[in-house]
Amino acid sequence: MANHLKEEVMKLYKTLLYLGREYPQGAAYFRGRLKSAFMKNKDEKDPEKIQKLVARGDFVIKELEALYFLRKYRAMKKRYFDPEKKSDT
Amino acid sequence: MSGRVLVGVKRVIDYAVKIRVKPDNSCVVTDGVKHSMNPFCEIAVEEAVKMKEKKLIKEVVVVSCGPQQAMETIRTALAMGADRGIHVEVTGKDYENLGPLQVSKIMAALAKKEDALLVILGKQAIDDDCNQTGQMTAALLDWPQGTFASELSMEGDKIKVVREIDGGLETVKINTPAVITADLRLNTPRYATLPNIMKAKKKKIANVKPADLGVDITSRLEVLRVDEPPQREAGVKVETVDDLLARLKEAGRI
Repeated sequence: MANHLKEEVMKLYKTLLYLGREYPQGAAYFRGRLKSAFMKNKDEKDPEKIQKLVARGDFVIKELEALYFLRKYRAMKKRYFDPEKKSDT
Repeated sequence: MSGRVLVGVKRVIDYAVKIRVKPDNSCVVTDGVKHSMNPFCEIAVEEAVKMKEKKLIKEVVVVSCGPQQAMETIRTALAMGADRGIHVEVTGKDYENLGPLQVSKIMAALAKKEDALLVILGKQAIDDDCNQTGQMTAALLDWPQGTFASELSMEGDKIKVVREIDGGLETVKINTPAVITADLRLNTPRYATLPNIMKAKKKKIANVKPADLGVDITSRLEVLRVDEPPQREAGVKVETVDDLLARLKEAGRI
């Protein structure tokens, strides 16, 4: 049971680390915050609590994906779409 | 019909990077600079994958032209859900001179070879902003084109395309096979997460050279000079409204 949870936590950490490469304030900044966030809970033993933390991690993944998408969308919209020309959007 | 969709993707300098011009004004600095898939190409891949998920088409084949690094871009597309990749190897000076005409010749040759139902491309690349490859590919194949697509729907053997044009939207219905270029609002591209990238490593990427496709990639264009845009002039602060009016008159604005 503990092993399977450990795998999930490791997978979460790797996924977040990979996502953090594009973080606006820098990959190094993100990595530091990620590590301290995980270290803070390293002594947690209750499997239910661990599941909740993993779920929170999954939520953060979704937030990051949304952040990256919006950043890119807004940059593209600003560069390629002239607000004067559009009739209604 | 094969039910196969060909998607072209381009590896460009990442959109968030600050571009710098080489001191000799020959080109933009690319060494050591972060590169990624062209945002409009991401939207093209997403649309193809969505069509496959809806069972409208059978296979998504992603193509990229360039040196070894173009493989990374293909792998990202495979991680997003494409089935297999084709890497058209173009290196060195040939790659520097590779433009829409050459790429469209390659895409046209591959579309015929792969018996593609659709060719989906991004509307333009954020590095050269040509907005030509899709249109040229359609012309070379003598296929109809739906460019600046913000909505696609299959209707039997035709395709309905809602296009973003100046002043609004235009809806056209075109026969297949066809070439589509993706505009910003076509869809929301999925992120290629690490587990998907791992899974994508098993997918095949074929390697071809332009000569294998019978394509001549000599360029008819020569870049003479690359310059940075003019620096924005500093603003001037004025004390009173009269001062402002005087300055505006001086500058010939009123």
